[in-house]
Amino acid sequence: MKAEFEIPDDLLYSEEHEWLRRDEENPDEGTIGITDFAQDGVGDVVYLDLPSEGDRVTAGESCGEIESAKTVSDLYAPVDGEVIAVNGELEDQPELVNDSPYGDGWMIRVRMADASQLDDLLEAAAYRTLLEEH
Amino acid sequence: MTEDGGSGAGRRLRQLALRDRHEALGARFAPFSGWDMPLQYQGIVGEHHAVRQGVGVFDVSHLGRARLEGSQAARLLRSVTTFDVNRLAVGKAHYSLYCNESGGIEDDVFIYRLAGERWLVVHNASNADQDFGRLRSVSGDMASEITAETVMLAVQGPDAMALLGSVLGDDVARLDLRSCVELDWEGGTVTFARTGYTGEDGGECMVGVAHAAALWDALIEGGASPAGLGARDTLRLEAALPLYGNDIDAATIPYEAGLGFAITLDDGASFTGRDALVQARERPLVRRLAHLAARGRGVLRAGYAVHPPDGGEPVARLTSGSFSPSLRLGIGMAYLPVELAKTGGRFEVDVRGRMLPVEVVRRPFYRKSRE
Repeated sequence: MKAEFEIPDDLLYSEEHEWLRRDEENPDEGTIGITDFAQDGVGDVVYLDLPSEGDRVTAGESCGEIESAKTVSDLYAPVDGEVIAVNGELEDQPELVNDSPYGDGWMIRVRMADASQLDDLLEAAAYRTLLEEH
Repeated sequence: MTEDGGSGAGRRLRQLALRDRHEALGARFAPFSGWDMPLQYQGIVGEHHAVRQGVGVFDVSHLGRARLEGSQAARLLRSVTTFDVNRLAVGKAHYSLYCNESGGIEDDVFIYRLAGERWLVVHNASNADQDFGRLRSVSGDMASEITAETVMLAVQGPDAMALLGSVLGDDVARLDLRSCVELDWEGGTVTFARTGYTGEDGGECMVGVAHAAALWDALIEGGASPAGLGARDTLRLEAALPLYGNDIDAATIPYEAGLGFAITLDDGASFTGRDALVQARERPLVRRLAHLAARGRGVLRAGYAVHPPDGGEPVARLTSGSFSPSLRLGIGMAYLPVELAKTGGRFEVDVRGRMLPVEVVRRPFYRKSRE
């Protein structure tokens, strides 16, 4: 791992480099995006094909595509659930994914079908270890 | 870049003489045609815009460079390339091709007449060895490979000529398009040509390895943004310039790719592929390289299937495709049956299972603004 990547302590992470932020008021809801490491790896994001509100996503399965200048990557859902919001800002400003992967570059918000799936995700420390093994 | 770039597997990659300069600027490297090349520095899109709006510098030393010198050099060169080099005045350069006996393109090249019988030929990296072999087979020791002993830098963008003038001198700034000159610079020799592969003004400099770092530093200090192969690919695609191995190959007849301007038949000279090209010229084309722009949101990529708008069987596959940072839409090229390759024609491209409408447009996708 060459660069120092940001890994906020308050998020959960998938091995496919998505993050999930659990909502404090509605604990069965979570916001999903890709990590600093992931955005750095795919390079300049130019287009996103995200699911629509109401779509169902399945943990570990692709639910969208991230097109960068050089390649196309899948967005994997970290949990099962229903999409309740999509970040419309990314339509005109896909570069937000690069500029602010944990903030304005968020991708979708889901209502989780089974919050116990969160136990399968990695805490920040474990995700950091995963990256160091890269 | 396309998967085509990964062909260095199992072989030791060749390293650029200026690798340390690229590393210092944060380059990320990727294998391309046997070379470990800077794919990007800060980001492909930013580098692309730097070239469109200011000036960028690319290290393109992976390109094969051969010098041909001696009496009869023009005649020998003519015997293996499609363009009549005798038409080139000293100090002029032209795009040309090596073809096979079937008229297929073995490589696309740039030929520079540096002096009466002194020539520079620039080959694609992927074909450099066989191209040089081709030159050697007709000219023997008159041909010398100078790839390893030189560095080639492409300086491109609306501000490129001003920068090149300030670094290399006024002689360079006054050169016409596709003109070339050899000049003394800081105790070395720079061969400069007002050519490029981005659709922008600018030029390409060839310099001995000993003076290469100084030239690179002068260009960077003068304001050029370092740009990698990623941006080179999006820029050339916007300019609708074909990439060998993607858009043209040994099975491509040059006329299908719109490269007739690289071929001279009326001088009557014999060259490899001439007979097949004469025949091809007389036959109607079966397919033509068409330029496709997305009419919906999405990115085109090489290999994607092109379908008729009614969803029928595919009629072609994209030979190149990308997101155009300048136009902010997907663009690509494909060989369409000639009756379908009409401007305004509608198709659909299968983008990983989603059908994206596209339209045949005139080339280039992007044209630099005229001042």
